[in-house]
Amino acid sequence: MDAIIWSRIQFAMTAAYHWLFVPLTLGLALVMAIMETIYVVKKDEFWKKTARFWMKLFAVNFAVGIATGIILEFEFGTNWSNYSWFVGDIFGAPLAIEGILAFFMEATFFAVMFFGWDKVSQKFHLASTWLTGIGATISAYWILVANGWMQNPVGTTFNPDTVRSEMASAAAFWDVISNPVAVSKFFHSVTSGWVTGGIFVIGVSCWYLLKGRQKRFAMSSIIVGGLVGLVGSGAVMLSGDSSGIHAAEFQPMKLAAAEGLEDGGRGAAFTIVPGIRIPKMLSILATHDIDGYVPGINDILNGYTDNEGNMVPSVAEKMAMGRKALDALAEYRSLKDTDPESAAAARAVMEENVRYMGYGHLEKPEDVIPPVGVVFWAFRFMIGLGMLLALVALLCLWFAWKEKLPKMRWLMWIAIICIPLVYICGQCGWIVAEVGRQPWTIQGLLPVNVAISSLGAGAVKTTFFVFLAVFALFLAIEIRIMLGAIRKGPEVEPENI
Amino acid sequence: MTYEFLQNYWWCLIALLGGLLVALMFVQGANLHLGNRTLDDTRKRMILNSTGRKWELTFTTLVTFGGAFFASFPLFYSTSFGGAYWVWVLLLVTFVFQAVSYEFQNKKENLLGVKAFRIALMVNGFLAPFLVGTAVGTFFTGSGFTVDKVAITDPSAPVISTWGSAWHGLEALGQFHAVLLGCTLVFLTAILGALYIINNVDDETVSVQMRRSVKINILPFLCFFLCWTLILLLSQGYAVSDDGTIYIEPFKYLHNLIQMPVVLVMFLAGVVLVLYCLYLGAFSQSRKGIWFGGTGTVLVVMSVFFLAGFNGTSYYPSNTDLQSSLTLANSSSSYFTLKVMTYVSLLIPFVVAYIAYAWHAMDMKKITPEEIEGPSDKY
Repeated sequence: MDAIIWSRIQFAMTAAYHWLFVPLTLGLALVMAIMETIYVVKKDEFWKKTARFWMKLFAVNFAVGIATGIILEFEFGTNWSNYSWFVGDIFGAPLAIEGILAFFMEATFFAVMFFGWDKVSQKFHLASTWLTGIGATISAYWILVANGWMQNPVGTTFNPDTVRSEMASAAAFWDVISNPVAVSKFFHSVTSGWVTGGIFVIGVSCWYLLKGRQKRFAMSSIIVGGLVGLVGSGAVMLSGDSSGIHAAEFQPMKLAAAEGLEDGGRGAAFTIVPGIRIPKMLSILATHDIDGYVPGINDILNGYTDNEGNMVPSVAEKMAMGRKALDALAEYRSLKDTDPESAAAARAVMEENVRYMGYGHLEKPEDVIPPVGVVFWAFRFMIGLGMLLALVALLCLWFAWKEKLPKMRWLMWIAIICIPLVYICGQCGWIVAEVGRQPWTIQGLLPVNVAISSLGAGAVKTTFFVFLAVFALFLAIEIRIMLGAIRKGPEVEPENI
Repeated sequence: MTYEFLQNYWWCLIALLGGLLVALMFVQGANLHLGNRTLDDTRKRMILNSTGRKWELTFTTLVTFGGAFFASFPLFYSTSFGGAYWVWVLLLVTFVFQAVSYEFQNKKENLLGVKAFRIALMVNGFLAPFLVGTAVGTFFTGSGFTVDKVAITDPSAPVISTWGSAWHGLEALGQFHAVLLGCTLVFLTAILGALYIINNVDDETVSVQMRRSVKINILPFLCFFLCWTLILLLSQGYAVSDDGTIYIEPFKYLHNLIQMPVVLVMFLAGVVLVLYCLYLGAFSQSRKGIWFGGTGTVLVVMSVFFLAGFNGTSYYPSNTDLQSSLTLANSSSSYFTLKVMTYVSLLIPFVVAYIAYAWHAMDMKKITPEEIEGPSDKY
């Protein structure tokens, strides 16, 4: 295998691993902040100790999250050198904002939250707890602006003098930061973090109930966790719906792969699992129109007419135009100092074809098809598990509210099993989003094989295995520490147990 | 605001972040003192908990330094990170271990035992300043790379920035001058770390040990720093003509220092402050050394960045293909991106203010042995 494959595997592994820690950070931050707010309002020590217990687990998780976030930042440069240059001008502003606004907020107030109980005032401490979570959430927005731009590169102009995508005006900047793909991705990802936090809290609390320990702590935590999980689930579904619309509009191949749709058409059916279909459902989901046109894989390969009546060229035609753009770019650059007139002509040809420039790097039309099986099944697991998790959050919340939960052992066992499931669900979501857009690093502009650094496969392979070992070690330690802390339990007073 | 102004402004911010990063590496320097055998476990944990409340700030500054470089001079990011692969990966791995070591080390479930994680902190304490120093050292010695933007149109070899050496960055360890700067930073951060502990930890034994350590580190620090500075001022440099052509100019950095009196003043003021902090740490009972040392470090590092990038100088020169060298003009983001980021940067004072406030509130009570042995949250 070559450096491209190893770089992809390495980045995929790092991103997937990072996403083991981020959603719990986002979700637990909210749970803890709510609990501490109750403490400050009600002045009941019980809530302080409850919040502090979850904070302990949060801290272990947060450390690994930070450690893996920086790896992603570095890997942009180390393994995706061309990409860094190509997008640097677009990502510049969002990253600067993320660094200045979010990272320092998280880091500073995390330290106050964790160590400051006896050092700062109650209100300052509460503010710090909220600000830690808000910082993490703001950070998620800006990094998803970057990710959303890769899925739907808006507000960009290709500059042949610098050979990169550039942000040319205030309107372009606005387009980048209000990119609809980024906005729905943000809500989808953050609220899926709330589901993770909610399910985690419910599952751990159910374990105490099953063991007959910490009843008040567990029941109170389930109410807060259940609310967060349930609100999160609702928001995940809504934002998931708009993600589907965006995929249909901006990344039809991703949608076709997620549906395993060879040949599309009007009034397309939704496949629940192979063999079971709901007529017209896919058109409704993808276009909010019962007779909307949804292109299949073959339609995209061969060209089609979209819902606005625009002709979409075949992939072969796009490749020809892309090649034309690349050749014109090379010609422009070789002539611009010596023959300005011919250079201007070449530039005009380039600009005419630039929107398909990325296609010029492809070898054959079929290269635009992502691994269909992986995307298809990941999509189904994501949706199926998501619905199951919403149901479990709802049931646990309801029966905890009615104080019947401690007698329902089956439900408590299901809640515990849901902890690994919520992680699988989140990973599946990212597999759909990222595997589904292959071969593009930046949709239509830069395929993965052109985004790389000039490194030997051996170097990347070596770092891959180093990271693999490090990640496995950290995960094993983190889980052991978490289990240890859970076994030990919160330090609430005996009368509250 | 002209394009040139924005490029210079962002180079100032990069220099400031670089300066803050080196100064904040007192965390790394202080962790080196975990190897001090005369300190018992409680005292080591005091040091650990003292740096444990600041490490995220250093770490975040590193992330922001990288992010700001990516954002304002992306060609540096793509060329250096993709080329000097091993240096950056090594730095990364030491920081990754640092990030978890605080949280993991005193947990009994940590698989490797407390010692392994303390060693990880000390490895980071040595390698982080050493590698950062050596990498910045190559701003003056140059590296072997080429930049060819047309490459992206060639499907068989599309990468714009290619690195000459198969060592991918490790060859910098063979560049004497760059390594001198790496060594300088190791001893400087060890001193800053000791001064920070003197300020932040309330314990006589620790304090005595830290003052001893400042004394021990003064001589090697000054030797490395003076050697590096002398060689720098005598060496040739990579100058940029008005049309962007790069050429070699003898005594370029000496010329820069003379032609930019503000930088000269910054450099000298920084050096004086650092010398004063050495005095305070080693020969007085003052606990304020870290403030002078930190400020001095920021000033010196900033002036070093200014020498590298201003006054028509290539800040990241290629010693194999002169015209591939990176300058502020040929490696920056576009006018508009720099402008947007400049507006965002106006928020920095606000960020600094809340960090200072939080820091102040947290440090009102110094770390004592009672706190470490008591029931409160700690590492």
